[in-house]
Amino acid sequence: MKPNRDVGIAGYGAYVPRLRVRTADISATWRGRGGAAPAVAEKSVPGADEDVVTMAIEAARTALDRAAVDPETIGAVWVGTESKPYAVKPSATLVAEALGITPHTVAADMEFACKAGSEAMQAAVAFVGSGMVEAALAIGMDTAQSKPGDALEYTAGCGGAAYLFAPADLSLAVVEASVSYVTDTPDFFRRETAHYPEHGSRFTGEPSYFRHTLAASRRLLAEVGCAPADFAHAVFHQPVPKFVEKAGAELGFTREQIRTGLVAPRMGNAYAGSSLLGLAAVLDVARPGERIFFCSYGSGAGSDAFCFRVTGRIEESRHGATVLDYLDRRRLVDGYGQYLRLRGKIRTA
Amino acid sequence: MDLPRYHRLTAPYYRLEGQRCAACDAVQFPPRTSCGACRGADLKPYRFSGRGTVYSFAEVSQPPRGFVGPYVVALVELEEGVRVTAQLTDISAEEVEIGLPVEMVTRRLQEKGPHGYLVYGYKFRPCLERSAARRAS
Ligand SMILES: [Zn+2]
Repeated sequence: MKPNRDVGIAGYGAYVPRLRVRTADISATWRGRGGAAPAVAEKSVPGADEDVVTMAIEAARTALDRAAVDPETIGAVWVGTESKPYAVKPSATLVAEALGITPHTVAADMEFACKAGSEAMQAAVAFVGSGMVEAALAIGMDTAQSKPGDALEYTAGCGGAAYLFAPADLSLAVVEASVSYVTDTPDFFRRETAHYPEHGSRFTGEPSYFRHTLAASRRLLAEVGCAPADFAHAVFHQPVPKFVEKAGAELGFTREQIRTGLVAPRMGNAYAGSSLLGLAAVLDVARPGERIFFCSYGSGAGSDAFCFRVTGRIEESRHGATVLDYLDRRRLVDGYGQYLRLRGKIRTA
Repeated sequence: MDLPRYHRLTAPYYRLEGQRCAACDAVQFPPRTSCGACRGADLKPYRFSGRGTVYSFAEVSQPPRGFVGPYVVALVELEEGVRVTAQLTDISAEEVEIGLPVEMVTRRLQEKGPHGYLVYGYKFRPCLERSAARRAS
């Protein structure tokens, strides 16, 4: 897919909370000794005063700060998440208000499990590309939910990134093309009254993550007429690092190409924020002229793939906090008990 | 804080928006009906940068209902010269010192029970350390 006028990323910003819990603390509570090592060593945990809204506001402030775009011209704000603070009430209006870009803007929350953030990106490209608005903000952010003791608890992390899309001449990375690939696949879901999502165990691999990621990626490569070797970096959704390595290898990307965008080993899976954070980590170091390959995955299920080409504006557009700045300011919580309290998993009434 | 009052205050609460006086150029926070310096009434919205330093602070070990504690309350001197009282976040009381450089973040201030509304507003945290500075030190 390609819009009528060329569009790109004019500003981007990341956010990862400061706290981490060691997955060894989780397995010490739930598993016997001698089991397999968890997929990541630690994962990010939101502070008591943090949620998707506060995290989105900080990432978006950085994105606006870096962009050569008048905030008055932002005509759309979408927050993609599966962990919004209110079950009914948009997060996007709160974020837009905090950024000072209300009231003349489109605003809504997007929902598509871990693909909600890239869904917002597709919409932003279309809104700007059609000329309906001059700039659109797409955010993917999550404080991922998981049942105590469940396999997901070892990786469900927090964080995300914000992307301000604008016409190509204002952009630090131009969208060359994008594709979407969706099917109805019940690999992960949460019913209205359930606190935590359910997942289909083995069902989450081949028929879900790999099928959609590989299909969307191959179609995008065909559409832009590029081979994996034409890209400096490739970014994928990161449920566990092993999935990314396997998908990357199957498509023909080297470990070197996926290394920079792989943030999950240090913070876990940030769900709707996962691939968007990986892209931000790549933009933190990308050079003008480089091509970046991006493919998300969300249960339910589907993938959005984007091909970006970095422009000469990149060097002047990355002041402020980098993904590494956020990953490096880590502070361990005081064991599994404090983690449970921070995630609201201990009921006192 | 009741809902109508909270709703009226979103600009100062969410984005630290105060005022600049058209007559004498003084800035003030929170917004008022007249200029504190010259009593002029022609006041334009002014968004503070959010950067400042800790002027003084105290630990609140018994938080009021709806707040999560213990936490630190500080008088923050903004770089524009205005002082604001606010909670500090991402820091414990032992780590705070007078003169600490801080920056504004928007965080959850209060939860009106599990079924009630959420109050968001400004807090301050230690300025995020940048990798460039880490490499230099
Ligand atoms: Zn005055």
